[in-house]
Amino acid sequence: MIRILSMVLALLCLPLTAHAQELQSLLQENQKVVAKPSRKTVGPVLDALVASGLPTAPQFLESWQNKDVYSRKEDGLFFYGAKADGGIALTDVDTGDVVSTVDAKAVKQIKPNGGVRKEIASALVQFQLSDPDIARRSSAVNAIARNMTGAMLAPLLGSIENEPDAALKARKEQLANYLNARFGDDSAARVAAIESMSDDLSVEGRAVLSQILESELVSFEGDAEGNIAEKLTVGEDITRNAAYELLVEQQSLTPQISENELRLALEANVEGGKVADIPVAQLADLSKREQAYDSLAAAGAVPTRVTDTMVTEALETYQFSRVYLEDDADVTSAAAEAQREVQTNVAVNQFFDLSLDAISLASIYFLAAVGLAITFGVMGVINMAHGEFIMMGAYTGYVVQQFVPNYTASLIVAIPLAFMVTFAAGVAMERLVIRWLYNRPLETLLATFGISIALQQLAKNIFGTQARPLTSPGWLDGAWIINDVVQISYIRIAIFVLALLFLGLLLFILKKTRLGLEVRAVTQNPRMASSMGINPDKIKMMTFGLGSGIAGIAGVAIGLFAKVTSEMGSDYIVQSFMTVVVGGVGNVWGTLAGAAMIGTFQKGVEWLNPSNTLAAQTYMILFIILFIQFRPKGIIALKGRAAGD
Amino acid sequence: MRKSFLAENPSVLWFLACLGLFTLGVTLLAEATGAGVISTSFVKTLGKVLCLCLVAIAMDVVWGYCGILSLGHFAFFGIGGYAVGMWLMYARTETIVTQNLAERTIPATATEINDAIATQIFGVVGSSEFPLIWAFSHSLFLQLLLVVLVPGLLALIFGWLAFRSRVTGVYLSILTQAMTLALALYLFQNDSGLRGNNGLSGLQNIPGFEAVPQSMISMAFFWASALALALGYVLFARVLSGKMGSVIRAIRDDEARVRFLGYHVESYKLFVFTLTAIIAGIAGALYYPQAGIINPAEIAPIASIYLAVWVAIGGRGRLYGAVIGTAFVSLLSSWFTGGGAPNVNLGFYTIQWTEWWLVLLGFSFVAVTLFFPGGIGMIFDRLKKDAL
Amino acid sequence: MSTLLELSGVSVSFDGFKAINNLAFQIGEPEMRAIIGPNGAGKTTFMDIITGKTKPDEGRVLWGEKSINLIGKSESMIAREGIGRKFQKPTVFEDQTVRENLAMALKNPRGPFEVLFYRKSAEGAARIEALAEEINLTEQLTRKAGELSHGQKQWLEIGMLLAQDPRLLLVDEPAAGMTPAEREKTTEILVEAAKSRAVVVVEHDMEFVRRLNCKVTVLHEGSVLAEGSIDHVTQDPEVIDVYLGR
Repeated sequence: MIRILSMVLALLCLPLTAHAQELQSLLQENQKVVAKPSRKTVGPVLDALVASGLPTAPQFLESWQNKDVYSRKEDGLFFYGAKADGGIALTDVDTGDVVSTVDAKAVKQIKPNGGVRKEIASALVQFQLSDPDIARRSSAVNAIARNMTGAMLAPLLGSIENEPDAALKARKEQLANYLNARFGDDSAARVAAIESMSDDLSVEGRAVLSQILESELVSFEGDAEGNIAEKLTVGEDITRNAAYELLVEQQSLTPQISENELRLALEANVEGGKVADIPVAQLADLSKREQAYDSLAAAGAVPTRVTDTMVTEALETYQFSRVYLEDDADVTSAAAEAQREVQTNVAVNQFFDLSLDAISLASIYFLAAVGLAITFGVMGVINMAHGEFIMMGAYTGYVVQQFVPNYTASLIVAIPLAFMVTFAAGVAMERLVIRWLYNRPLETLLATFGISIALQQLAKNIFGTQARPLTSPGWLDGAWIINDVVQISYIRIAIFVLALLFLGLLLFILKKTRLGLEVRAVTQNPRMASSMGINPDKIKMMTFGLGSGIAGIAGVAIGLFAKVTSEMGSDYIVQSFMTVVVGGVGNVWGTLAGAAMIGTFQKGVEWLNPSNTLAAQTYMILFIILFIQFRPKGIIALKGRAAGD
Repeated sequence: MRKSFLAENPSVLWFLACLGLFTLGVTLLAEATGAGVISTSFVKTLGKVLCLCLVAIAMDVVWGYCGILSLGHFAFFGIGGYAVGMWLMYARTETIVTQNLAERTIPATATEINDAIATQIFGVVGSSEFPLIWAFSHSLFLQLLLVVLVPGLLALIFGWLAFRSRVTGVYLSILTQAMTLALALYLFQNDSGLRGNNGLSGLQNIPGFEAVPQSMISMAFFWASALALALGYVLFARVLSGKMGSVIRAIRDDEARVRFLGYHVESYKLFVFTLTAIIAGIAGALYYPQAGIINPAEIAPIASIYLAVWVAIGGRGRLYGAVIGTAFVSLLSSWFTGGGAPNVNLGFYTIQWTEWWLVLLGFSFVAVTLFFPGGIGMIFDRLKKDAL
Repeated sequence: MSTLLELSGVSVSFDGFKAINNLAFQIGEPEMRAIIGPNGAGKTTFMDIITGKTKPDEGRVLWGEKSINLIGKSESMIAREGIGRKFQKPTVFEDQTVRENLAMALKNPRGPFEVLFYRKSAEGAARIEALAEEINLTEQLTRKAGELSHGQKQWLEIGMLLAQDPRLLLVDEPAAGMTPAEREKTTEILVEAAKSRAVVVVEHDMEFVRRLNCKVTVLHEGSVLAEGSIDHVTQDPEVIDVYLGR
């Protein structure tokens, strides 16, 4: 290691002028190896090339790797070759001058195999690490990171000092630290390197630790040897079958015969409807089959069967341990400790990440449900077509994008347009259907459901069944990356902000404006309100329009990250109602609380069972059903007469 | 006593007579047993419609009479289908597997047969073991018991929770819809033990009757469905007659008042909810062997809402209304979506009913709710009044 | 006359508003009692608490010889204990006939299965006839309750109460919207009922209360303001203050 280090240092100190013919003569010293390199033999040549410090060496290595080096058959000299008219144009390896063009038969192309090319590449990296071009340097660093080997440590360390770019220097230092942790010579230095990694959350750092901690299962006849990670008890840490298979593999014991193999062996030995004097008809029973097999084995027709007793005996004879591939116990224990710390740290960050996810999901539920909070919560009108209003909003966004190619501009157009479209649809529905059904909530539910069926099918007829894209503008792409674990996409942040805006806007409308006052008056006592000069019909119409319009805007927002299909509304309708009901009807804050609870719960379940979002939804609904048992009026419940029960 | 009940309710006799005539007519015209005017597939369609009518009268009892707009009764219907489907699938796969294994030189062990059946059934969801819920699938009797028990118990538990906390009206509807959605989502999972979205298939093949032609099997199921509908109708008419019916309708109209009369309203609702869920399960158990396949999409909340649509169009609060509405809408629907209805050429646009039928249904449903709350059944009420 | 129902220290509040405030009340059996009080005095809430519709925040409601605590029991259990209630707005089942309405109220086992297998009996029919007679609805037995006049609905509701054969009758504004002749009849029915059981009548109409000729309890702001004969309470200066709203 120190040898390589000093060589690299020497190389860096060498003057850049070189003597003619120096490379060629170096190559000629190893003529046979260069002409016909193999993985085993190429090492010393590469070492010599690196040690020579020749400025022409990197170019040669590169050409060698790219199969551009030819040897002239008559004298065995090496040239760079390129196909040209009338044969191969040869270039001198030292001077870089074109020597001559010869017939293709006069030279032999040197074709190193894959293994050799890898060796050459790693030798090249050492040159590239100090290349003046920063792109080459960073690609060399990346190459090392992709495939960490001990040999890279010294050249990497050597290149750090003169690295002009601060970021790349830090990266090189980090990488050198990883390499040192994994491949360093000095135990104490490795432990120090590992300890410095205990607050490193990166995937790379975590991979380095787990690579240091790589282990294998080993069976021992006597006491376990090596750097033992853990002793295994058969039946607890390792199953009987797995343990025996390990013995078969490592101690060359006879494998157990599977039920299928047993059957095949018997089938091969059927004679006159009998196997070892047992009629075939009786062999529908495992113990009979074993009996027949044992008889066959006794007669020598098949190998002896390994019985359960034999397995037990064997398992008692041997010990099983998980042994680290790394021999140094200090290193492995330091790594295990560091890994524990990192894992704790990762868990904390994952929790934080999950919380962000939950907030973002809650924002989506809030957006989807807040329109309902008005139509259902404040007015008590149940609108099963609410989901279809969301869909209409999303399709409005899609249509706008067909006409306005700039995504930012189209979004600015789409949001108010979606509001207007769904506002109009909501008002139309209120005028034509719902107002005839006030005080008949179940009928309202069914009639609006009829509208929902029709709207869904209409959307299908117009836009087709395949999902339509609603592309978000470029500035919403990407994610805010806090560290390697915690990140959140900008689009989700935007939705969160939108949800907050809606909350503020609605609270403002309901609490501070004339419309809000009149809405509350009409919902609490319509007769009194109308006697005070408020037109309840108009107010109900406006309120319904407002709730529907908000659904339209929510549709644009949801369309940005989910697919726009005719069925997207029905994906949200039940959850939206749940959000309103759980939160407490008649209260925008309740909807917020409901959305927060449902979002958190669903993400929590997904965290416990990450592979299965369907299960998360199932459990969420069951949870809501149970929750309503304990708080039938929701989280934020109105009490007393205002509840109107 | 039974006699006087039927005598007091002549409409029940009328219904039974009509159903009997219909069954007789279909039998005389069918391929298997009569003139051959009605094809086997249409016999199947009619048999399925009868099952839908059965679940619709259950829906009518719970909604039209007791005032609980349940959006979960099609889930109970589906559970009944799954319960019987498990046996059908197990028994049929067992037959096939046993046949295959019989070709081996050495007879198969019980474990080998079991493993082969499991691999056959659950291969599509990447499993080769029987989930726990298939424990009874080998026994027709036990699975038939489950047809009744599972919907009954589910309805009992859910109803107890919901009614106890006095969830009523639209809240209850939404809650039942949520229950249905939860069940459907659960079944959509591959590890639900019921083959995820593949569902159960091949249910039209009845084990033990491989030799009987499908035309005859369809006929048998048609008869069974008609009988079930008749029995269900009589059962519900009996429950709804007399004082019980009085209390049930009173609960629909003013639940609090009934409470102050000393009736424990929750028990009554629970009784009605559970009984109708059981009948829905039985209807499903008869329906799916005729349909041949069941998958979670069948249980999705939308199906339960369609059920409400049928009952509403037929006229709720009248058992025969539910039957008429269901038969009318579901037959019409299969006529339209099956391409039976001629396309309408408007010159600039051609209306294809396969695409526009749902739009038509949706809007006509709105119209029925707004203008004809009594549905089709109202016509019969008018006729009855005129006749008197 | 023994105590049938006793409320003591009962309070309940809705969002900070004390609807009932440390209320104490007693009634014996048989007894007729009228409760009067201005709007918002807590008359309806008082009935809600006795019948189990509203749970009080504190206090006790004791019932019968064994002094059973009624708080926490469901409405239907309390009704079966023998407390019948008539609402301010007549609530009869309009979709059903008068006979069906009365039959439902008849004192019989109330469980779903008992009701399912209930058989019509001669005694039941006779009892319905007798009740119909008492409330003047014999002619209307087969008519739908929805077709009755307002006063007839009130009677039907009282008839349903009597059919329950309760020990305590809570009657909320029975004379509201009645013609003078109907009032007369209503008074008769109530007075007759009070001969064998406890009857609590909540009423605005002083004339009607006077005619009942019974002890009067005046409620104000959720507690008892005065108690005694009608002449006694109407001369009470505090009561006059409250009613004149000075």
